[in-house]
Amino acid sequence: MYYKLSKMVAHITCWLPLFYLIYAAYYRLLGADPQDEMLHQLGLWALIYLLTGLSLTPLNKIFQLPVLVKFRRMLGLYAFWYLLLHLTVFFIFYLELDFSYLLDEIVERPYITVGMLAMLLLIPLVVTSTKSMQRRLGRNWKKLHQLVYPIAILAITHFIWQSKSDLNEPLLYLIWLVFLLGFRIYKSRAN
Amino acid sequence: MKNRKFRSSIPSLKDNQVTPESLFWGRREFIKNFAASSVGISALGGGLLSAAPDTSKAASSGFTTAEPLSSEYVVTHHNNFYEFSTSKKKPAEMAKNFNPGNDWKVSIGGEVEKAGDYTLEDILKKTTIEERIYRLRCVEAWSMVIPWSGFQLSQLINYVKPTSKAKFVEFKTLESRSVFPGQKRGSLGFHVLPWPYREGLRMDEAMNPLTFIATGVYGKSLPGQNGAPMRLIVPWKYGFKSIKSIISIRFLDQQPQNTWHKNAPREYGFYANVNPEVDHPRWSQARERRITDESFFGVKKIDTTMFNGYSEQVAHMYKGMDLVRNF
Repeated sequence: MYYKLSKMVAHITCWLPLFYLIYAAYYRLLGADPQDEMLHQLGLWALIYLLTGLSLTPLNKIFQLPVLVKFRRMLGLYAFWYLLLHLTVFFIFYLELDFSYLLDEIVERPYITVGMLAMLLLIPLVVTSTKSMQRRLGRNWKKLHQLVYPIAILAITHFIWQSKSDLNEPLLYLIWLVFLLGFRIYKSRAN
Repeated sequence: MKNRKFRSSIPSLKDNQVTPESLFWGRREFIKNFAASSVGISALGGGLLSAAPDTSKAASSGFTTAEPLSSEYVVTHHNNFYEFSTSKKKPAEMAKNFNPGNDWKVSIGGEVEKAGDYTLEDILKKTTIEERIYRLRCVEAWSMVIPWSGFQLSQLINYVKPTSKAKFVEFKTLESRSVFPGQKRGSLGFHVLPWPYREGLRMDEAMNPLTFIATGVYGKSLPGQNGAPMRLIVPWKYGFKSIKSIISIRFLDQQPQNTWHKNAPREYGFYANVNPEVDHPRWSQARERRITDESFFGVKKIDTTMFNGYSEQVAHMYKGMDLVRNF
């Protein structure tokens, strides 16, 4: 009961940024370049859900809250959902659905290459996120899902690389990721 | 919604009553000059285009364009003014208390006969205020069409009389952490850019009739976030050349260092001429996102043109120059 309720709250929380962005776009609260703001906010929320998902295991280990681990899949899927929307805004408003530009952009803008790579690597994880796939893949499932670490590194690289000069904000996310990776390395050494 | 709020705050008589005196006199001077340039006060509401100079002459001068103007809201709420913040939205909010008036001081020095400290008032007495409608192309690949008011930089340069040694002009923005919180270190201890912001032009570029000092936009004195009280406008170059809130103009015999070039020499050059053929190392410059208004569909992708469409007026200055190397 308690778990179900918290799961519902989590779902609602994960939808809130999207609802806010749609509301804000309609009421012109996104500033002078709403498409750009939408693009960046969607990408940022994808990163936040990805890193939050990765934070649950360390939080469980520190605070002994095993229930947290049950939210990992959900957060990973929401990260993917926001990433899809991020990409949709990019395709519609930046490429204007002219996919001949896509190759140029991917080649010319390395940060886009890196972002695309992160997106592609995330797809097999989404496809194999169900319980039945987890059972079918057995031991390989865990190996496959360790791809999430390179994905997170690529995502942060994408974020840092597209910044013009102010690294203060992207570096805060980098610190978050370094902490998460550091915790896992420390734990595996300790074992 | 925001837009409506903004429109309703267009200065009325009541606004003038609460304006600091220095700015009030600045505005009177501005309005006087504005009226003198045959653009009546009544034109401020929206008749700017019709009040623009004779179109056939203007087209070859590049002083105006028939393209739709970017809305006043986007012009004053989408500002790359890192002295306030790296966010484009924040400067409009943060600049509310930055209302410099005609007592603003500009130090003019270097290879020049009439070196000295000038107030904006002194400068406005030596120059003629006029309106220019220019395209502004940011190096980040967005653009706007903006109705500036101000004076042609060559008028000021002719007045202060550079010596024959003067080959370049260097401009500096005010450095003050109390006025510009963005000049403080960031949360992780990094300076966003090496302050103060500096820019430079070659002498012939500075003397080109297109090169302009804006003291107003949309028929009002320049808001803080747009670089009050005076900023450079070089419409054929990327926006970062158009330095804001100028406190120093120096005439030099060698090429000065400009801030973005110093910060990332591989990415930003001294010339920074708009050029669709020469990409930024991290993104293409072939097209731009023209921002017309703040609605969700107020942005359109268009092709970028050589020298931002001002080839006729400026291409001759770069004849024989390798524009790929001198980006």
